[in-house]
Amino acid sequence: MLADFGYIGLLLIVAILFAVTTLLLPFSLSLPSRMEHYSRKFRRYVETRWPLLARFIPHFPSPPKFMQIVPYNPSPVKNSPFECGMETVGTSWVQFNFRYYFYALVFIALDVMVVFLYPWAVQLRGLGLSAFFAVLIFIAIIVVGYLYAWKKKVLEWK
Amino acid sequence: MEIEEVYSRQEIDEAEGKQINELIARSQGIIPDPDQWLDEELKRNVMVTTVDAVLGWARRTSLWPVVCFPACCAFEFITTAASRFDISRFGMEIIRASPRQGDLMITAGTLTWKMAPQVKRIYDQMAEPKWVIAMGACAISGGIFRSSYSVVPGYNHIIPVDVYLPGCPPRPEALIHAIRMLHEKIGKRSIIQEGK
Repeated sequence: MLADFGYIGLLLIVAILFAVTTLLLPFSLSLPSRMEHYSRKFRRYVETRWPLLARFIPHFPSPPKFMQIVPYNPSPVKNSPFECGMETVGTSWVQFNFRYYFYALVFIALDVMVVFLYPWAVQLRGLGLSAFFAVLIFIAIIVVGYLYAWKKKVLEWK
Repeated sequence: MEIEEVYSRQEIDEAEGKQINELIARSQGIIPDPDQWLDEELKRNVMVTTVDAVLGWARRTSLWPVVCFPACCAFEFITTAASRFDISRFGMEIIRASPRQGDLMITAGTLTWKMAPQVKRIYDQMAEPKWVIAMGACAISGGIFRSSYSVVPGYNHIIPVDVYLPGCPPRPEALIHAIRMLHEKIGKRSIIQEGK
């Protein structure tokens, strides 16, 4: 029994190692280049707003090149949430016609009906009269729904 | 309900044309690959060479290609990725649809100016350090479509290219050779060098 819990401990160790190697290690390796980037950004920001104040900011020594193992070069394009491909033009709050939805619902009902009818039709002689009436009831249920949709003017495209 | 702020088709076309024309005007020259570090004589020491070896091994054995296959050389890439030639030997079988997860762009095919801004965007969003293999005659120089007004005469007009792979299209063996050359190039990189 203890051996089973031993495997759970092993799993936890593997999970922690996985998290460290995939998340923490790249982040910590990119820390020096991140630091350099943000200090340069901060200096540029102060120089543009308050040039006099910029003289009093001490120059932080930039980390040596060999510490910047993971490069950190952000840009507006790289930081944008939108990925590759065409950029969206205009608003993306476009409404689709809800009749597409009704149409798809009716289609799915009839589609599934065909799936059930086909094996029955192949074995029509073997299955006998009881299967025939069962299918008739099945079709009747769907036809009632279809007539209801028809009466509710789902099939009219306005 | 009428939706406001929807641009007309003409306005969208004009905006796109303006963007493409700006890109054409900006990319008349060839972007050189910053490869002067290949010739640098380094003050090598034991510590750095070991870290270099580990880093180079890690980088070259897990190149993840990003999906950027505008034209027909992609079929040769598919063959290379499939079971007969099998680039999973190089740790490359994961071909990412997201540029943020890829670091190798294999530019398989003719590039038109209409498509160029998107390719540049993909390159800009790729994870660093990133590498580019120009695959095929069209990717190197525009190929037989070079004199066309709508074709980019070589990918190096919009992005820096690391390895040029000739052929129309190059056979899978040639693509594997290019990948091996890129491996060598990555292996020569040292972390104390300036540049990419």
